[in-house]
Amino acid sequence: MSDSLSDLIACPKCDALHHLPKVEVGEKAQCVRCGTVLMAPKERAMTWIVMLSATALILMVAAVFFPFLELSTHGLGRKSSVFDAILAFSHGLMLPLSFAVGALIVFLPMTRFIAQIYVFAPMALGWAPARHAGEVFRLSERIRPWAMAEVFIIGVAVALIKVAGLAHVTLGPAFWAFVGLVIVTILKDSFMCRVTVWQTLNARSPS
Amino acid sequence: MSGDGMANAERAQPVLTARAAGLVGCSQCGHVHPRGTEECSVCGAHLQSRDKTSLQRVWAWLFAGMVVYIPANVYPMLRTSTLGHTTESTIVGGVFDLADHGAYGIALIVFVASVVIPVSKFIAIAYLAIRVQRGLPGTPAHFHLYEVVEFIGRWSMIDVFVVAILSALVQLDFVASINPGIAAVSFALSVAFTMISANSFDPKLIWDSREGAEA
Repeated sequence: MSDSLSDLIACPKCDALHHLPKVEVGEKAQCVRCGTVLMAPKERAMTWIVMLSATALILMVAAVFFPFLELSTHGLGRKSSVFDAILAFSHGLMLPLSFAVGALIVFLPMTRFIAQIYVFAPMALGWAPARHAGEVFRLSERIRPWAMAEVFIIGVAVALIKVAGLAHVTLGPAFWAFVGLVIVTILKDSFMCRVTVWQTLNARSPS
Repeated sequence: MSGDGMANAERAQPVLTARAAGLVGCSQCGHVHPRGTEECSVCGAHLQSRDKTSLQRVWAWLFAGMVVYIPANVYPMLRTSTLGHTTESTIVGGVFDLADHGAYGIALIVFVASVVIPVSKFIAIAYLAIRVQRGLPGTPAHFHLYEVVEFIGRWSMIDVFVVAILSALVQLDFVASINPGIAAVSFALSVAFTMISANSFDPKLIWDSREGAEA
């Protein structure tokens, strides 16, 4: 690998070649052709990602096991958790859909939080990257479109309005934990700059 | 350049691509390597100037998504029982039910998420793939269409989650109960297949025809 190539960056989306810009913290570099953000380093991004991932992880545990919503009408009541929503499809032929919903709203988001803590915690402390940090980070980026916690919360809003006429619905602690989780996740992903992460991982790896 | 710290000021138009320069850029981290390098030295990703099998996978997953979208609309999504009386409603039927109850806003959200977005995605992906195959020049507008399709796909999953929550919540024995219908499975598959189709699309192909020469 020649040195001159290290000064170049090709836009991952359109292949346009750029000289690697000097991007200060807080600035961002966009591709001249397609506008894709190439670099957007943030101050203490790695520390923020670790803290927000840990917060999200704790909120997820609360969101799964505390009561989520409670429905009451005509003296009848029903409490349900996120876990009940996952099990909604557990009868007969629809069982695989239960696994899919569980993966999309709980398992994959949690995998991302754990993977990001694993990758970024040593780096935030200024240590050498953890073993296989690159693979773990690649996995976390690959499952990103499939972690659908925020889609789920909008689904909850739609469902609430659908049953609003039928019965009285009380929001449980897990509902607020889930809302918090979604906000934390969105905030966390705004700190992510893939190019900077790879450069840092590469610079600190003993090779 | 206007404050965004970009260093390619000398040649904004036309753009020199890594391929035209005889190089290959990593589609994960952007690092540039000499043509013929197999693996990115920075992130370890497999290097390929253009994903040659991209369009095959795009079409295969797109057709799969379109096929399972049909039963998703024909079979019931929800089975609602109130006081021993059971009604089944399809996706479109559910939208009409909501509108009948005066919830026009929610009816619109569900209609957009479960009908407008999936159908527009089928059309948009097919349109972009046909353009690439014909070698038509790509513009920023086509690239933004791709970005929108890629971003918006997951939001179609809303309807599946609504069914899951309603089925978990509304289980009041004889008074009222809601159960999922088999269409929920084919709808979820349709959304997943179309997402894989959009993810398989190599966006670099959209621009290529503009460069003219096959390098």
